[in-house]
Amino acid sequence: MPRVWKFGDSINTDDILPGKYAPFMVGEDKFQAFAFAHLRPEFAEGFKPGDLLVCGRNTGLGSSREYAPEALRKLGLKAIIAKSYARIFYRNLVNLGIMPFESAEVVGALNDGDEVELVFEQGLVKRGNQVFKLNPPPAFLLQALGEGSILEYYKRHARFPGEAGR
Amino acid sequence: MGQTLAEKILSRHAGREVRAGELVVVEVDQVMVVDSIAGSFFKRLAELNATPRFPEKVTIVIDHVAPAANIEVATAQKEIREWGNKHGCRVFDVGRGICHQVLMEEGLSQPGGIVLGSDSHSTTYGAVACFGTGMGATDIALAAASGRTWLRVPESVKVTFKGKLAPGVAAKDAALEMVRVLTADGATYMSVEIHLVDGAESMTRGERMTLANLTVEAGAKCGLVVPSGEILSIYQVPDWLYPDAGAIYARKIEIDLSTLTPLVSVPFFVDNVQTVDSVAGKKVDQVFIGTCTNGRLEDLHAAAEVLKGRKVAQHTRLLVIPASSQVLEQATEDGTLLTLLQAGATIGTPGCGPCMGRHQGVLAPGEVCVSTSNRNFKGRMGAADAEIYLASPRVAAASAVAGVIAAPEDLETTSSYGLNETGL
Ligand code: SF4
Repeated sequence: MPRVWKFGDSINTDDILPGKYAPFMVGEDKFQAFAFAHLRPEFAEGFKPGDLLVCGRNTGLGSSREYAPEALRKLGLKAIIAKSYARIFYRNLVNLGIMPFESAEVVGALNDGDEVELVFEQGLVKRGNQVFKLNPPPAFLLQALGEGSILEYYKRHARFPGEAGR
Repeated sequence: MGQTLAEKILSRHAGREVRAGELVVVEVDQVMVVDSIAGSFFKRLAELNATPRFPEKVTIVIDHVAPAANIEVATAQKEIREWGNKHGCRVFDVGRGICHQVLMEEGLSQPGGIVLGSDSHSTTYGAVACFGTGMGATDIALAAASGRTWLRVPESVKVTFKGKLAPGVAAKDAALEMVRVLTADGATYMSVEIHLVDGAESMTRGERMTLANLTVEAGAKCGLVVPSGEILSIYQVPDWLYPDAGAIYARKIEIDLSTLTPLVSVPFFVDNVQTVDSVAGKKVDQVFIGTCTNGRLEDLHAAAEVLKGRKVAQHTRLLVIPASSQVLEQATEDGTLLTLLQAGATIGTPGCGPCMGRHQGVLAPGEVCVSTSNRNFKGRMGAADAEIYLASPRVAAASAVAGVIAAPEDLETTSSYGLNETGL
């Protein structure tokens, strides 16, 4: 059963992947092993594909480094639930195909280590017999995520979601 | 209904009148890529099966680890040069300087333009009312491939700075005060529109860069300074590039510059801003003067003024890294560099230096650094528990002399501080 990894407010990209462990510094194949190296050294090894990240306010503030969420994706992260996001990080998540749910109540209800199930399509989180409803991301992003990511969308259509044909 | 500066710029580029909240796809004028992101950028372009649509609009700067610190970095930088040559894109190599400073010096960010950078401090271009914003590698690759990007037209926070700074108080202090008031997520997704009035319009381009640079620490998408003062003589500012009187703002803030005193941002968050007095006396291991926030000639001048005829404290290291080769040349020519060297400074290659903890001045566990940079996050400059205090070049220089956090005004008294007297 996937578990919840819960963090507080203001988790920055230096927390998620410190600059000195960028793929540029340690190699393309190894950098994910340093996810949360300073904040939660046991994270990279303990995280299982499908586990859920639950964070507080202003999640992902700081550097534009896409390799921070990329490290999480490489570890098998598919969705984050947060109270709010910093903007570059939010775009990066969408671009990488990680679903950014925003829901303060659900964040409040979930605890670190909880065993949960995420029903993607319906935007539901289940814990035992409790069911939490998540707010869906904006339609524009759903359109892109529906095709995998904005990158995939652009590749297929040579335009951005919502952009008139060129 | 009037428009904000952000709405004006995005309307021009979208070819229709747009308002906050709308999604737009706009043409971009320049796509900037830094060395540490270039590898992901190339990879994404390859996934897209694309090459830059307008090679002259793509610029790569080798600045984050320059010169290369290890074989991985050296290999990545070699690829950058080869790729740049092959595709006809500009590459600024080792030693030219920090991306944002270099783009400004090279005139690649112009009033009313849009510059996307693979670096969050791309808000810096707002100093000249250029819509600069940071994005990740995929967005940047898409922009290079298409010549366009998608944006949500941001709401705006109007920040008015009025009056003049007291002697010894710097634009950095004004910027820190702004982040304190806005808080770290107070301007998320928004444009911070900066108005300089009642004397504040005399702020230089460099000082405006410091203000615009720090807006991202309040979460901003861009930080646009309304053109005035010397900007009008350096650039051709188009008539339309001013916000309308009736523009709608999400929030308005006013900061009276004359009331500010020297400030520091205390670990581990940038909006944790306090007066220098409240942390004065804290022992300092390293002082770093440089970065895209405060590594310009005027910053080195401010530091040199404090350091002239003085020496860096024995237990403290002073690291000075000019923001660009141009800054280094000018500081050499006018004697500033000699003053810094005589005080005991170590000079580094123009570039980011230890700002993000990769090389040239990484901090050991437990060390304390006073830095003129823009982030003091946990582990940012090295060890997880090393502490970074963000301050102006003057306060940084004074702290280097005193060996403890100090304002220049305290120097005569603090420079005699023995370690025992401060209890450290
Ligand atoms: S100097 Fe620091 S903040 Fe500025 S671009 Fe370089 S690493 Fe980023």
